[in-house]
Amino acid sequence: MPDIQRDEISGTETTGHEWDGIQELNTPLPRWWLWTFYATVIWGLGYTIAYPAWPMISGATTGVLGWNSRTQIALEQANAKAAQASMVSRIEAASLDEITKDADLLQFAKAGGAAAFKVNCVQCHGSGAAGAPGYPNLNDDDWIWGGSLEAIQTTLLHGIRYAQNPNTRDSQMPRFGVDGILTPVQIVQVTEHVLAISGQEADAAAAQAGSVIFAENCAACHGASGEGNRDLGSPALADAIWLYGSDRVAIAQQITDPTMGVMPAWSPRLDATSVKQLAVYVHSLGGGEPTP
Amino acid sequence: MGISSQLAQLGFFGLLAVFAITLSALAHDPAYAFHALIFSAAAMLVVAWKAKTFSFDGKAAAGLNRDEYMDGVVRAGTIATMFWAIAGLLVGVVIALQLAFPDLNFGLPWTSFGRLRPLHTSAVVFAFGGNALLCTSFYVVQRTCRARLALGNLAWFVFWGYQLFIVLAATGYLMGVTEGREYAEPEWYIDIWLTIVWVAYFLVFFGTILKRKEPHIYVANWFYLAFIVTIAMLHIFNNLSMPVSLLGSKSYSLFSGVQDALTQWWYGHNAVGFFLTAGFLGMMYYFVPKQAGRPVYSYRLSIVHFWSLIFLYIWAGPHHLHYTALPDWAQTLGMVFSIMLWMPSWGGMINGLMTLSGAWDKLRTDPILRMFVISIAFYGMSTFEGPVMAIKSVNSLSHYTDWTIGHVHSGALGWVGMVSFGALYYLVPKLWNKPSLYSLRLVNWHFWLATLGIVVYAATMWVSGIMQGLMWREYDANGFLVYSFAETVAAMHPYYILRAMGGAMYLSGALIMAYNLIRTVRGETRLEAPMGAVAIA
Repeated sequence: MPDIQRDEISGTETTGHEWDGIQELNTPLPRWWLWTFYATVIWGLGYTIAYPAWPMISGATTGVLGWNSRTQIALEQANAKAAQASMVSRIEAASLDEITKDADLLQFAKAGGAAAFKVNCVQCHGSGAAGAPGYPNLNDDDWIWGGSLEAIQTTLLHGIRYAQNPNTRDSQMPRFGVDGILTPVQIVQVTEHVLAISGQEADAAAAQAGSVIFAENCAACHGASGEGNRDLGSPALADAIWLYGSDRVAIAQQITDPTMGVMPAWSPRLDATSVKQLAVYVHSLGGGEPTP
Repeated sequence: MGISSQLAQLGFFGLLAVFAITLSALAHDPAYAFHALIFSAAAMLVVAWKAKTFSFDGKAAAGLNRDEYMDGVVRAGTIATMFWAIAGLLVGVVIALQLAFPDLNFGLPWTSFGRLRPLHTSAVVFAFGGNALLCTSFYVVQRTCRARLALGNLAWFVFWGYQLFIVLAATGYLMGVTEGREYAEPEWYIDIWLTIVWVAYFLVFFGTILKRKEPHIYVANWFYLAFIVTIAMLHIFNNLSMPVSLLGSKSYSLFSGVQDALTQWWYGHNAVGFFLTAGFLGMMYYFVPKQAGRPVYSYRLSIVHFWSLIFLYIWAGPHHLHYTALPDWAQTLGMVFSIMLWMPSWGGMINGLMTLSGAWDKLRTDPILRMFVISIAFYGMSTFEGPVMAIKSVNSLSHYTDWTIGHVHSGALGWVGMVSFGALYYLVPKLWNKPSLYSLRLVNWHFWLATLGIVVYAATMWVSGIMQGLMWREYDANGFLVYSFAETVAAMHPYYILRAMGGAMYLSGALIMAYNLIRTVRGETRLEAPMGAVAIA
């Protein structure tokens, strides 16, 4: 039999049940709780009338507002595209030089190039475009394939040593050690010479001997004094900027069995205006050179 | 038990061991072979135990009183709960540090974040939370039904079978054996084993309710039963799959595409709803009135919020798939039911907190009650935050960000963790017949470390999650995205460190608990000033 008692503290009756000493009060539902619950249910019903909700036999109710997520995203994309349309068509029509001379176009192109750079380029060149071993720093003026707007655009469009693109920038450095073109002693000597012309500590006698080997084997591409050749993508050696390392071991390794960087061609992946914007952006990073 | 039936059992488990060894020998992949060996070893341990306790006169073991409550399995469960809590939290701190310092992945597959993350989630939810539910449900159902657990030693099978499931799942994750289904990563054969264990759990629990000596079923048992039944259904449907071979670990789900995504989140959200909410509400409904010494606030509220919670929760899963390929009507369904779920969830909070009316003064002297109260407070906070995050426009900012991680943890650390710790502090002295805990002041230390740890964790994740969401959607005046993904990751680094610190605080609280409980079991009492004495003076 239920043993209904009155709780002294709250003044409420118990239900008369008891389990292991636990009793229950017969408190009514809190009004605010109940009305809030009703309100959420009514709101929920209203929402299902306004928006796609009730599944039927061959589809769901579309809602009186006529909203759906596919239309929304299509609309938002169209709006975003329309907002940029006039600038994009002006960039499309303008030459790279014209873009940099028009303040509005330049600002738009740099912002668009920066956005494209963050998605496509930072993986190798780093988020600040400072590069990494094997991937050139784009903030300086030590360009391998040229630092004018046109040269940067060409590199972007066709890539470097990128076999899928017929117009890709291409050059090969012979494997002087692996293919036996130079003897190990000659490699040591020419390494000392490269160290010397780049202003590093070197063995003078070996460097002297190395200078002759350099003139015969290396100067054709890297230049007589190691100034490099951008037509061939041969890096300058007589400076302090190094792609694969500046120390004795790294240089000897590069002569023996050279590593040659590859960059994908962006022309099919990105549209022409994006590539233009990227070229303007990279050119603006600090090392951009004037159009020849 | 007769000699012939004992012999039959010995033979059965012996054959099972041999069968598992055979599977191991024929296995197509090393992980499956390893798991078959673990299974075989488990069967052999049963054989050894059965042989050791073999009764030649064919009678039941001496001293077994059929009228007493079966508390051995509850004791084992509290130990397992403590152990897995520390294991799960420790892995959590490790992977939090891995996010801040990727070098801690060590470049090894089995120490990589991808494998340790499911180890952490499963260890906390299923090993720690599961054992807490298992042992408290066995304790509560016996007391509130005034009946010994049904079906003899089946409860022990449930306990050890569940530990075996945990070991198989955890070692599987480390070896890369996974179905890739969130919170349901174990492969098909582990799923089958869990199904067997879970059916046994249901039989023990429901059998005990059937033989109860009380006229009514207590509210805690409604929630426990809803948890057990619904988890069985969720587990079975979500894991329907076809093994490539019965001798290999790989299987393919029955579902594909958006149907698969919906099935996974139907399961995933209700793992939260029925495992982490309903189950632990059952725990709350027993331990809070017991610890407070007050009647439950409202019987009517418990009925209405139970049925509305059970009915509404099961539909809310699609809110995990807002703005995806899931049809709009299903997204509406998930959102609307999540909003309607707000008050049913809060019914539990009201009933928990208002049960303390007339006993609030005890908070000054009873840190265990404090633990229950903070737990209910976090329950209320999370069950409000959840519906808010299910609103599509909020979700478009919060989804895929750390905000979600913070939300889960204020629920898991705040609600689930604290109510379980409170239950352990309540249970251990009673189960081992000790007059009191070793130290209430250490409970207080645990309380503050854990509470501050959660606050640090949740606040950090709010800031970093909202920042992350805003960075992802930031456009400049020209309509271009401002941040790359890597920049948003870099921006989160300080928050990742703070989060790991919050987690470490929470872990250190759990270690203090383990120390306190071990000394309690050893019958020691710390000489200390009573709680609240200063305020009186």
